[in-house]
Amino acid sequence: MSLVAHGVTAGYRGLTVLRDASFGVAAGETVGLRGPSGCGKSTLVRVLALLHAPDAGHVSLGGVVVSGVRHRVSAALRTRVGVLFQSPRAASDPRLRLADLIAEPLHATGHARAHTRARVAELADRVGLTADLLTRRPHEVSDGQLQRACLARALVHRPAYLLCDEATTMLDASTQAHVAAVIAQEQRRHGTGVLVVSHDAVLLDRWADRVETW
Amino acid sequence: MTALRIEGLGVRFRLHGAAVQALSDINLQVRRGELLAVVGESGCGKSVLAHALLGLLPRNAQVTGHAYLGEDLDLLHCGEQRLAREVRGRRLGLIPQSPATALNPVRTGRRLLAETLRAHGRDPGLAAEVAADAGLDDADLDRYPFQLSGGMAQRLTTALALATDPPLLIADEPTTGLDRPLVDHTLDLLRRRCDAGGTVLLITHDLAAAQRVADTVAVMYASRIAEHRPARDVFGAPAHPYTAALLDALPNWAFTPIPGHPPMLTALPPGCAFAPRCPRRTDACGVQPGGPVACHHPLVAAA
Ligand SMILES: Nc1ncnc2c1ncn2[C@@H]1O[C@H](COP(=O)(O)OP(=O)(O)OP(=O)(O)O)[C@@H](O)[C@H]1O
Ligand code: SF4
Ligand SMILES: [Mg+2]
Repeated sequence: MSLVAHGVTAGYRGLTVLRDASFGVAAGETVGLRGPSGCGKSTLVRVLALLHAPDAGHVSLGGVVVSGVRHRVSAALRTRVGVLFQSPRAASDPRLRLADLIAEPLHATGHARAHTRARVAELADRVGLTADLLTRRPHEVSDGQLQRACLARALVHRPAYLLCDEATTMLDASTQAHVAAVIAQEQRRHGTGVLVVSHDAVLLDRWADRVETW
Repeated sequence: MTALRIEGLGVRFRLHGAAVQALSDINLQVRRGELLAVVGESGCGKSVLAHALLGLLPRNAQVTGHAYLGEDLDLLHCGEQRLAREVRGRRLGLIPQSPATALNPVRTGRRLLAETLRAHGRDPGLAAEVAADAGLDDADLDRYPFQLSGGMAQRLTTALALATDPPLLIADEPTTGLDRPLVDHTLDLLRRRCDAGGTVLLITHDLAAAQRVADTVAVMYASRIAEHRPARDVFGAPAHPYTAALLDALPNWAFTPIPGHPPMLTALPPGCAFAPRCPRRTDACGVQPGGPVACHHPLVAAA
């Protein structure tokens, strides 16, 4: 089982950022990816997360070719890939309380309330969010606290793959180690395939099973 | 000469029924030419400190204490008008955290820079030079903010803050999203400002960054300063158990998170806030410790 980009070319309105790039993450492994600023790592993550359609090439999930971006594929496919971005603020709806931010993907796939509440409580505990934080909105918490909420949200459907794009760059050492530990635990329990994009060679050496450098 | 003197600064936010104590009794002094790094766990109050000094806190904030800029001006009591006219961007600059949300989306980088230079009576033609200082290519200046990668947006916000050339610069996480060479470039830029007589307050969660350029380091925990000492002492022989635990969380050290969680700022305990996580706590720790090493049982005797 793996999530793979095959010969992907992608970019933004006339600017080609990825050219014939191939990259894969297998179930149960943690792959590190590093490379200079602007080399297209984030674009690769967006393509693998089905957030950005490639101009050429394709993405396959467990051997099945996926065509179309996130909102056009079935919920069953969409929920198998979780993403965690560098800036939790840019990625979060400012109107939602943290509890709802975490729960929202469950609403979208129609889960019972009791189940949702229990799942949010369980994940909040795992990522280290105290009860008083769950009732606040994004502007009332720090970036690190918001990133913990985004991690809980990314795990809410227990994705088969988790893509982290510089996701711990803005976190302090202890929160970074904690986020890495939560992700590693998720991986041990459920065989999640994890991609960690980071500029930090020391972090990747410590966290990833193998590291690719672009 | 003292560039900034903070005395007993406290900030409280009122929040539906509760009160968040974001800063408690902060005392700091920064000399001209000094680079002070403020480090600490996520949510401990670092950005609130920056915003308090600049008068950028939201309405529900209650601020107490004093913060003297130079000899005369109390930033906390001089009023919004003076802050807007004389202080922000002139005597005190800010590189804000979250650059993506700080940039005007409908202007190119070149135009943003030129406007800022002009507004501060400087030559708008300096835009390319200021951008290069911040590590930004001339070609990237013609992009709109939404076309910038995270790292590029960060360098543009840095360039915008440098364009006003303020004697005291607060840099709130200025290296987020940059690769190592660019991190070092930005840090060295801040260092050079200090060597040339400027003053920098660097807020960062990146301990390696602080170690590289800071003269002094203030480690914050749960709204207070745990330890404020010369950088080489903090990294060479941490005195506060929290500092030691934070260093241990680094990937090139033990990569072990500090057990437990920071206390809720809505319900800070009466004594040392680190006590529930501290291996050295005793009954004495029920009383709030003070001083440059705020601990009853420091790991080394502070000078
Ligand atoms: N929405 C967009 N529109 C136009 N260009 C973009 C857009 N997003 C990114 N780019 C450009 O694509 C290139 C690669 O961006 P990407 O974010 O993928 O790089 P990166 O390797 O992650 O960079 P960094 O480490 O600095 O964040 C950059 O030149 C960037 O300016
Ligand atoms: S005062 Fe006590 S509890 Fe607090 S850090 Fe020092 S030893 Fe630990
Ligand atoms: Mg990137």
